[in-house]
Amino acid sequence: MEYEVIVGLEVHAELSTATKIYCSCKNSFGSEVNSNCCPICTGMPGTLPSLNKKVVEYAVKMGHALNCKINNVCKMDRKNYFYPDLPKAYQISQFDIPLCENGYVDIILDESGATKRIGVTRIHIEEDAGKLLHDDSFAGSLVDFNRCGVPLIEIVSEPDMRGSKEAKAYLDSIKAILQYIDISDCKMQEGSIRCDINVSVRPVGSDVFGTRVEMKNVNTFSGAVRAIEYEAKRQIEVIENGGTISQETRRWDDLQGQNFLLRSKEDAHDYRYFPEPDLLTIHVPEEEVDAIKKSIPELPNAKILRYMHDYKLPHYDSNLLAENMEKSAFFEQCIEFNKVQPKNISNWILGDISRIFNEKNISFADTKITAKNLVDMIEMVEKSEISNTGAKTVLEEIMFNDISARQVVEEKGLAQISDNSALEALVKEVLASNEKAVNDYKNGKTNVVGFLVGQCMRASKGKGNPAILKEIVVSMIESM
Amino acid sequence: MELYRLTASELSEKIKNKECSSVEATQAIFDRIEKTEDKVNAYISLSKESALKKAQEIDEKIASGETLSDLAGIPVGIKDNIVTKDMLTTCASKMLYNFVPPYNATVMDKLEKCGIVVVGKLNMDEFAMGSSTENSYYKKTKNPNDLTRVPGGSSGGSAAAVSAGEAFLTLGSDTGGSIRQPASYCGVIGLKPTYGSVSRYGLVAFASSLDQIGPIGRSVKDVAMLYSEICGRDDKDATTAVREYPNFAKNLNGSVKGMTIGIPKEYFGDGVDAKVKESVMDAVKVLENAGATVKHISLPSTDYALSAYYIISSAEASSNLARFDGVKYGYRAENYESLTDMYERTRSEGFGDEVKRRIMLGTFVLSSGYYDAYYKRAKLLQQQISAEFAQAFSECDLIITPTAPTSAFKLGENIDDPLKMYASDICTVTVNIAGLPAVSVPCGNDDNGMPIGMQMIGPKFSEQKLLDTAFSYEQLMGGSIVKIAEL
Repeated sequence: MEYEVIVGLEVHAELSTATKIYCSCKNSFGSEVNSNCCPICTGMPGTLPSLNKKVVEYAVKMGHALNCKINNVCKMDRKNYFYPDLPKAYQISQFDIPLCENGYVDIILDESGATKRIGVTRIHIEEDAGKLLHDDSFAGSLVDFNRCGVPLIEIVSEPDMRGSKEAKAYLDSIKAILQYIDISDCKMQEGSIRCDINVSVRPVGSDVFGTRVEMKNVNTFSGAVRAIEYEAKRQIEVIENGGTISQETRRWDDLQGQNFLLRSKEDAHDYRYFPEPDLLTIHVPEEEVDAIKKSIPELPNAKILRYMHDYKLPHYDSNLLAENMEKSAFFEQCIEFNKVQPKNISNWILGDISRIFNEKNISFADTKITAKNLVDMIEMVEKSEISNTGAKTVLEEIMFNDISARQVVEEKGLAQISDNSALEALVKEVLASNEKAVNDYKNGKTNVVGFLVGQCMRASKGKGNPAILKEIVVSMIESM
Repeated sequence: MELYRLTASELSEKIKNKECSSVEATQAIFDRIEKTEDKVNAYISLSKESALKKAQEIDEKIASGETLSDLAGIPVGIKDNIVTKDMLTTCASKMLYNFVPPYNATVMDKLEKCGIVVVGKLNMDEFAMGSSTENSYYKKTKNPNDLTRVPGGSSGGSAAAVSAGEAFLTLGSDTGGSIRQPASYCGVIGLKPTYGSVSRYGLVAFASSLDQIGPIGRSVKDVAMLYSEICGRDDKDATTAVREYPNFAKNLNGSVKGMTIGIPKEYFGDGVDAKVKESVMDAVKVLENAGATVKHISLPSTDYALSAYYIISSAEASSNLARFDGVKYGYRAENYESLTDMYERTRSEGFGDEVKRRIMLGTFVLSSGYYDAYYKRAKLLQQQISAEFAQAFSECDLIITPTAPTSAFKLGENIDDPLKMYASDICTVTVNIAGLPAVSVPCGNDDNGMPIGMQMIGPKFSEQKLLDTAFSYEQLMGGSIVKIAEL
């Protein structure tokens, strides 16, 4: 039988506010163990939380980005459970009235730009817990409270994804949006974005959901793909062998590539949620909601589709450009001139410019490049006024000096020679000194023409127009 | 007259006028403690050395002509659930037998700025759960008026210390009557302020939505003086109101002319001692004779208040006390086999019976499947009770009731009967449920000579009016209504 794999995701993202959610400790990663905490975030007796308003603002931003309804009035609740990394023995979270709910995100399924709408059930705000430390140098466990009180949003999706590929596309979209609206670092290696995965399977064609299993401890997106595929396979095997799936929570072990039963439904925690009496009802007035909405830029998926549609860029280029706000902004500045092919602009930004950025570990702000200079340069290439090789030299100059593209071409004498008589003389010399290649060509090895054109380019010190050179080379040999 | 017999306001004047020094007053209190504390057991810990040092500092400031707060140099006792930096804070529990906080409660920051002298930390029912101070892990405080009787609770140490002359003023906390009922039992004055007027930051939480710190003293002016210094918005406590407060002590005005006093019949029912009713109504008569009008009213939901109170307070307590798990501070069981075992043994060994009873009750009422039947309904009842008070205050300025249905009972009398013990809160819990201010004022004695208290309840933030009325009663009774117990 063929099965359909149904996935729902709960993404936890740490918000990049300056301070923690309920105290004024710095919200930073990598401090010395237990150095970035205070009586409040370590839950000392008598201390009280004060809600960081930035957290609400950031979550509302995400709510807008995911097309949610924003609840102007909501509250915080206590989620009670015992664990050594949770110093109050309750997490201040949101239960029945989340800050944002009923939204969606359109994910891009493939290179054709086909999309699918994934429902977002809710987004709520809460605090992160500390970290347990284990080491051979001591018995038992130690607790690092630095992460306690780091603000989180939990984004809960509807079970709208079918299979790991859609789940991955959803996760990529969420991550891109978080980065776009600048509310999370999304540093996987620092655990600033994590997810719990709900998986169920059902025979293709069925319209009732199977029993779902929740998987915890998934810390990377590629791990999520593996976890979903493993769990779907496990469930199908159980069903094929006549068994039934029971509602349970399993722990994903990415190193071993398998999951393990954490607790069955009977052992599920009763969190005894109740409204947090230490914090007031949260009011986000409509004007504030509107103001936050206005601050949301065009989001990555919309941008990708627009680039594909308006500029006929491939999905690959659109995706890479949209992924980086600076690159896409620069791309659009270049487009404004309406002088050169969008694909050529994309090639230069994603090619040589990105390569230089990577090599030197810099970005646009560290260079002197302007959209006008780049467009002028590309225009010269398009009009065969300079060669690609010449353009690379121009690029290096306009990136780091106050100089126009045309000035570089003039000063460095990079203008291509397109004058046939000058080039014919040059080709004649090259052919004379490469008799063997000429003979090869005559004997049918026509691909040596590339070599010969290359030799001509070298002789012209890069200034020859390669297209014209090629024409001359071919016609000269053939008329020999 | 011996110095310890002065009221705080009298002492304040003397210190300011250099008729006596803070060191002398502090020494007088410790001399008194030396003499009486063995009998009373009001304190869990004393801080004589730091107190005398602080008193010395204040005296030097006064000598150099600095203008100081009215409370400067006054020896004050602090209930042991208010966090004091570098001073043991136990909540009268084994669980916190060694807990020395690295931070201060907001009220302590404020009072230290005023220059108060901290005498020590006062005994209480463990985590403020109880009505007799018999639930302390450390000691049983005695009622200074009769050492065979309880001082009330949970702020039993705070009331007993004031009554015994072991402090000029004390801080208590009140979740369901824990300032007013012991004040009533010990014959002193106790104010439970409006919820949100005093910061709870650093008050070890029992029931967050009901807890409030307040003063206990020997005169209305003393209580007003201390309250004026501790109230106010605190950014560290989101539930504190954003508003300005006057100096209540300086504003005291002793006239009740034209005031309407509501007498709710539900607070004078069968469960209340005849002598208590009589004393309270005699006091009301005094106010009536001075120009107040009496109006008989009804607060029909009162009968359900105790149930709602125990559900809400226990639910919050079960969550607030979960942090005492042996991981970070305080008591940890010596032997355990696993994490869960460590939690279970630590909490079984570290908490007393009453605390465990309330944690279990609270855990139950919040459990899935029971939440709607208990917690949710209790919260609805809370709205109903608040609405009835609001209605009552539309027709009267304040309400007078007994503070407790009886005078102080004998030690051990109710210890095995939690329900009977809970019933002693019946007149006070409604005030916490509705977030209102109330003051307990002595209004006579029963046949055994035990003090009886009358409770004055006002609308939210009507502390000035409440204190004015109490002040007026005090004046009408000859200027002093609190007698220091002879020990």
